[in-house]
Amino acid sequence: MPIIRFAERAPFRNPWTEFERIRQGLDELSKNYGDRSQKQDRANVFPALNIYEQTDKLIVTAEIPGVSNQDLDISVESETLTLTGKRDNALTKATPVSFHRREIEAGTFSRAVALPVKIDMDNLSARLVDGILTINLPKAAKATPRKIQILSE
Amino acid sequence: MSNQDIKTQIKTPHTASTEESTKSENSFSPLVDIFETTEAVTVIADIPGVIQENVEISLDDNILTIHGKMTCKQPEGRVVLEEYEIGNYMRKFTVAETIDRENIEASLAGGVLKVVLPKQVPAQPKKIEVKMG
Repeated sequence: MPIIRFAERAPFRNPWTEFERIRQGLDELSKNYGDRSQKQDRANVFPALNIYEQTDKLIVTAEIPGVSNQDLDISVESETLTLTGKRDNALTKATPVSFHRREIEAGTFSRAVALPVKIDMDNLSARLVDGILTINLPKAAKATPRKIQILSE
Repeated sequence: MSNQDIKTQIKTPHTASTEESTKSENSFSPLVDIFETTEAVTVIADIPGVIQENVEISLDDNILTIHGKMTCKQPEGRVVLEEYEIGNYMRKFTVAETIDRENIEASLAGGVLKVVLPKQVPAQPKKIEVKMG
């Protein structure tokens, strides 16, 4: 049981101390949550993406060396772009080898990204050249900006 | 392997150990696998975006240099998300085994470079028969 010593209490109780205590508690809580989200960022699944926005379309590029067309799956659902795929190990297991370096990882990956705008679902295109995937996502008619003419008098 | 096991491959900037680049272009160390069999040493490197003509491989005094020049242009437009940078690839290795320089083979497919360095066939030990006198 904690022993409360009254002598330690400030003679005039500051009414704000309680608020301060709550604020500190909330800070700590949000800090913990912040840490967790950061960790999730770090555990990002391969591959890394770049997204560029042009007036009429979005361009998504990804570096995915060693993945063939057949092993790659791209889908767009409302405003979420999903990339799933599989990278095979270049090595056949039949021959015994000794590794000096082993940095390239193999296995399945999945990545979902929320897109900033609505996409025209009928005109998507993607191509994979030299291990770089480029996805063209034209914006939906609603999302493309319309120029407004300013009339001067 | 579960999805969580595969991390985003953050490109490591190439650290020049011997020379320093005077150009202000990005240079990255590609990820590699190196393995050895009884016949050859194989180097596999990820160099996405580099075409065959722009790959330079050289073996000079047991130092194997892989250099890939990036010609891919960054698309125009506002950058919404940038997780990787575009740049050249450069990495050097010291090859300890005696390599048969004439028969080095390299191939590039889908952004993956494969260099096969065959080992020199050691001279066959000559057997000398001892005849009974």
